Amino acid sequence: MTMVDKANPGDVENDETTEKALIAEQKFERRRKIESIAIPIGTVICLLIIWQIGVRLFGVPTYIAPAPSDVAEKLVSQFPILLANFWPTLLEAVLGFITGNLAAVFIAIAFVHSKSAEKAFFPIAVFINTIPILAIAPILALIFGPGLTTKVVIAAMICFFPTLVNMVRGLQSVSPQALELARILSASKSEIFWKIRLPSSLPFLFSALKIAATTCVIGAIVGEWIGADYGLGALILDSMFNYRSPLLYATVFMSSGLSVLLFAIVSVAERRIIRWHT
Amino acid sequence: MPSGATVQAAATGSPPVAASLKNAYVRFGSFTAIENLSLDVEDGAFYTILGPSGCGKSTMLRLVSDLIPAASGEVSIFGKSTEAARLAREFAFVFQDATLLPWRTALQNVELPLEIGRKRGVKIPISEKSPSELLDLVGLSGREDALPHELSGGMRQRVAIARALVCKPKLLLMDEPFGALDEMTRDHLNLQLLKIWQETGVTILFVTHSIPEAVFLGQKVLMLAAHPGRLREVVDIDLPHPREIKLRDTPEFTRHAAHLRELLETC
Repeated sequence: MTMVDKANPGDVENDETTEKALIAEQKFERRRKIESIAIPIGTVICLLIIWQIGVRLFGVPTYIAPAPSDVAEKLVSQFPILLANFWPTLLEAVLGFITGNLAAVFIAIAFVHSKSAEKAFFPIAVFINTIPILAIAPILALIFGPGLTTKVVIAAMICFFPTLVNMVRGLQSVSPQALELARILSASKSEIFWKIRLPSSLPFLFSALKIAATTCVIGAIVGEWIGADYGLGALILDSMFNYRSPLLYATVFMSSGLSVLLFAIVSVAERRIIRWHT
Repeated sequence: MPSGATVQAAATGSPPVAASLKNAYVRFGSFTAIENLSLDVEDGAFYTILGPSGCGKSTMLRLVSDLIPAASGEVSIFGKSTEAARLAREFAFVFQDATLLPWRTALQNVELPLEIGRKRGVKIPISEKSPSELLDLVGLSGREDALPHELSGGMRQRVAIARALVCKPKLLLMDEPFGALDEMTRDHLNLQLLKIWQETGVTILFVTHSIPEAVFLGQKVLMLAAHPGRLREVVDIDLPHPREIKLRDTPEFTRHAAHLRELLETC
């Protein structure tokens, strides 16, 4: 593709060899891809087998550590219950994800446009971030009550800080030369924002969103621990207190599945939107 | 060179002056980057700017393009203040680094200057050539939809040149645009730039630190001296146009290059 600059008249005879090299490279590429999937899956299967054999061999009671087969059985037989508790947590996590990130993005924009806003509010943001989410959750429960709001606020808070920091960095990541170009073109502040700053910040935003996609699930579950009748967090507590270990493990598995799902959605969106290298 | 031309004369059209500097000073704090620079840039001419590092070559372009203010003295472009000329898009700037927006395709990058100010109703000059025709002009037809990271350094710089031409500038300011490119690519782009200059009639101020490039491109070489940056001499390069690469092997070319090298050593 870069050959336009340096025309190479000797190319014709080399066609066959380049084609062979290309096929070899494609084969290698395919093998590498298969390996990169097969190796981790194989490792997981091996670990599960070791776990299964270990639990059976040493006669570990099911309530202390269930065998993978017990967990799998519960995952199938209790699936309706698991799913019924999956949806509320998904809703809380997604609402928290949206509000937390939107707030972070808008505040980052305000920070970048006003140094005094940054000076006034950034220390507060840092302070709030230093409070462990488990410590602040009861306070939020008292303020917002036992309903959906508390869970959404906790999930939003846990998403907020990484996105704020990344977005501020992203909006400031514009090269000085791009700003000089904007100046030569006599671009207005809003044109610079929409055409240069905002697109430049997207790679930074997406790396924060990928963090938030998994942490918002933590926030929703923590929120449910403080007081909820349904949701994966409530099911975790319930099955723990009742020594229903296989169900507990199955619920944890569902929670991690929820995080993976949200992470995958954000990753797909990132790949669609950011087609350029940074 | 019509060095006696005044700003007023430029405004009435004869003799035509593209840019005029009168006793211009640029200071950064207590450091004087440019001292007492007076110069009339003839309309339609190709100037190359040469000088030792720290002589204010880039600073001079930035002064003309209203990126930095003059501490004292006057700078005008076609009889207007640099700010008025900037708002009217009378000049364009090509940076050393192509400065393309990485999320825009080659074509969208060329279109960027047309989008700036459109919603505010700013009247800007527009080239008769469409953005895709400008990409043809710089030899990039068929690569309209390529993203900058898919293009080589030379191709990116050509997109930057097409972008600079889209508002039909009367003055093109180029700050070592080919400095980071390999020799072959540079030769190729030098020829292409000369062709564009002849087709469009645009005035060019071209900063370089390569003596052969300065001689090959320029009708006039502005030799600057350092500490503080000042105009040392304006050297006419009386080599015929259109120029070809083999011009470099002629004794006249070597003579000019040798003369400039001598001047540079005493700057």
